[in-house]
Amino acid sequence: MTRRQASSPLDRPLERLLSSREVVIACGPGGVGKTTTAAAIAATMSVRSAAKVLVLTVDPARRLADALGVEGIGNTATLVPAAAFAAAGVRQKGQLWAAMLDTKESWDALVRRHAPDASTAARIFANPIYQNVTGRFAQSHEYIAMERLYEIHAEGAYDLVVVDTPPTRDALDFLDAPGRMADFFGSGLLRWLVAPSRSRLVSLASRPFYQVADRILGTQFLGDVAEFFLLFQSMYDGFVTRARSVGALLGEARTTFMLVTTLETVPSLEATRFAAALAERQLHLGLLVVNKVLPASFADPAAVAVAESLQGDPVGIAGALLAALPDGLAGASRVQVARVLEEVGRSFASVGLVASRQAELLAEMSGAHEVTATVPHLAADVVDLRGLLEIGRHVLDGTGT
Amino acid sequence: MTVSGLLDRRLLFVTGKGGVGKTTVAAALGMLAASRGRRVLVCEVEPKGDVAAAYECPPAGFVPREVSPRLHVMEMDTEASLREYLRLNLRVPTIGRIGPVARAFDFVANAAPGVREILTVGKLCYEVREDHYDLVVVDAAATGHIVGQLAAPVGINELVKVGAVRSQTRWMLEILEDPRSTGVCIVTTPEEMPVNEAIDLAGRLEGETGVHLAALVANRVMPELFSRGEEEIFAALADVQATAALASAVGGAPASAFQEVLEAAALAVRIRRTGAGHLERLRVAVAAAQPLVYVPYLFARADGARAVRQVADSLGEELGE
Ligand SMILES: Nc1ncnc2c1ncn2[C@@H]1O[C@H](COP(=O)(O)OP(=O)(O)OP(=O)(O)O)[C@@H](O)[C@H]1O
Ligand SMILES: Nc1ncnc2c1ncn2[C@@H]1O[C@H](COP(=O)(O)OP(=O)(O)O)[C@@H](O)[C@H]1O
Ligand SMILES: [Mg+2]
Ligand SMILES: [Mg+2]
Repeated sequence: MTRRQASSPLDRPLERLLSSREVVIACGPGGVGKTTTAAAIAATMSVRSAAKVLVLTVDPARRLADALGVEGIGNTATLVPAAAFAAAGVRQKGQLWAAMLDTKESWDALVRRHAPDASTAARIFANPIYQNVTGRFAQSHEYIAMERLYEIHAEGAYDLVVVDTPPTRDALDFLDAPGRMADFFGSGLLRWLVAPSRSRLVSLASRPFYQVADRILGTQFLGDVAEFFLLFQSMYDGFVTRARSVGALLGEARTTFMLVTTLETVPSLEATRFAAALAERQLHLGLLVVNKVLPASFADPAAVAVAESLQGDPVGIAGALLAALPDGLAGASRVQVARVLEEVGRSFASVGLVASRQAELLAEMSGAHEVTATVPHLAADVVDLRGLLEIGRHVLDGTGT
Repeated sequence: MTVSGLLDRRLLFVTGKGGVGKTTVAAALGMLAASRGRRVLVCEVEPKGDVAAAYECPPAGFVPREVSPRLHVMEMDTEASLREYLRLNLRVPTIGRIGPVARAFDFVANAAPGVREILTVGKLCYEVREDHYDLVVVDAAATGHIVGQLAAPVGINELVKVGAVRSQTRWMLEILEDPRSTGVCIVTTPEEMPVNEAIDLAGRLEGETGVHLAALVANRVMPELFSRGEEEIFAALADVQATAALASAVGGAPASAFQEVLEAAALAVRIRRTGAGHLERLRVAVAAAQPLVYVPYLFARADGARAVRQVADSLGEELGE
């Protein structure tokens, strides 16, 4: 990668960090802004450094996907035109590429790579269990995202790859996905199920599991299950080796994690647990981004006092206000103005409750981990490059605690 | 159909994107129905103990526990469900023999589609069929998984050509596909992605699962601050001169503090407006024939029984008698 110019400010440690890494994995609880933040830092790095940057998104909102040009393009990466950046008022030093994760396509590619021959691959594709499994396999989605990342990284076409992660029930799931995938196909139980007879169910039929299962599920279904496992068994070595390499990439010095969270009870708890899990696994947490933060003004005692007095004597204040304004206020009566003032005060007080809870959670979190950036709660959704670059600026310039 | 019959159903699945308030709404619906005299079971499908926590009770297991008059809580456990099923239907005698089966089951259930799901849905339908409760409220899987779960009986019918499970799916489908007995309640927040998922699910639900949509709940809705005329007044306040006049009208605080308060209100107004736009999309896409039920944003701490009661109260008002 073309190193950043000497003119680059040295007081931007996060930008420096990203320039020295090849892979950033955006993770965190669902709905907090992982996809947005991943796209944001990728876009911002493509502006600030002469690097070829790829963002691999999993589930962008429709309008964001449109803005990146990844709507319905599957696994192929596409260049976000420099003109789009120009329209947002900036010149890029590098390039931004975007791709979307296509789970089914990725699974098929994986099978094609590891199947001993084309006919085995064809039988796997035709197996009804496989057809269902690609969508629902335990941790299949998480694993496939990591697998794609590995593939892209191995191709070496990009200076920086920022990868978004799927919404999981538990953010930890995907950290364990490669290991679990290897365990799954290497497990003793699987061997026990399929090993005794390489292709027939005959000897299995004597096992109590099959006797019961057969009564519940029927032979044909069990046959499909057994065939599926047998076929996968043929890919075992390649598959497990691969899963281990994918797992290893997470721990490499070229990889860093960006943990994104909001300051709500459940997400921030989950984020704290996740940060601890990264540390435990000796994975590098480069950025801890706290998103959707309400403005600090909610905690300003002067503002709090103002909000209280607006609720305390709205009619009196409205009268004094109208008396001081010779042209009046949008032609409103004293009663109308009083209602608006009271409502302003009440809204400040109630949103202020949320803000003070946010402040508590932020203090707690920054006690345990270094929060590298806080991103304000924007009034509108982030759906274009302009919005992404604004988020990216907050993240990379490190307005953290 | 109006929402008023919502609690007259026998089986309600509460779903929505992760974190929108499925558990809170399911717990509140259960509380509301019990307070109106129904025998209720609230079942948490992903056993995290969140439903029990919402009622501030110790975690429940697979065996339902009464947490307040008429209100029962259980956590789904597919292995226990399998055991119960085997005991009831196949007369497989001892737990001992099921031990290794359960281990192998766990393994197959992870990979084979529909096995876990059918045991979940089967248990819920069983409780309805046996009339143990008037209403079973399910804190169900999130939007991404609910179709797979509800479609399991149909799917098993296609995958499994013979066997006991196949013959079992028929009575389940009768319960699930009858809109008078079963319905899905989709919860969303006034945000882009949750609304997208709600629209997507509403469009696929009936076709792919045969189960009907019963209600849409918009949770965490911020209050409308101003009427149209009032918004003009509010906008006029932001004018420098007006803000300064306001400061001297109150006295004692700097104009900057007033500006902060006005800006904060403006942020609240704009966030609300963004959210209202998403709810409008939802209304246009699905809610035309299906009323939206609103639950306000709880600004004070929103966890635990007090919050659930507040949500139950607003649901009660919205649903009517
Ligand atoms: N009306 C409301 N106002 C404010 N906060 C709310 C409201 N409803 C729910 N919450 C809060 O939102 C958070 C998520 O709620 P809940 O656990 O019910 O969601 P969920 O959809 O069940 O989540 P998951 O997908 O993780 O199971 C909780 O902290 C809850 O207290
Ligand atoms: N700082 C922010 N202010 C306001 N809205 C935001 C902010 N960050 C993200 N959003 C919005 O929040 C929603 C969820 O973001 P997304 O990136 O899809 O989350 P995730 O990938 O973690 O599920 C999107 O509609 C996005 O536009
Ligand atoms: Mg996402
Ligand atoms: Mg829940």
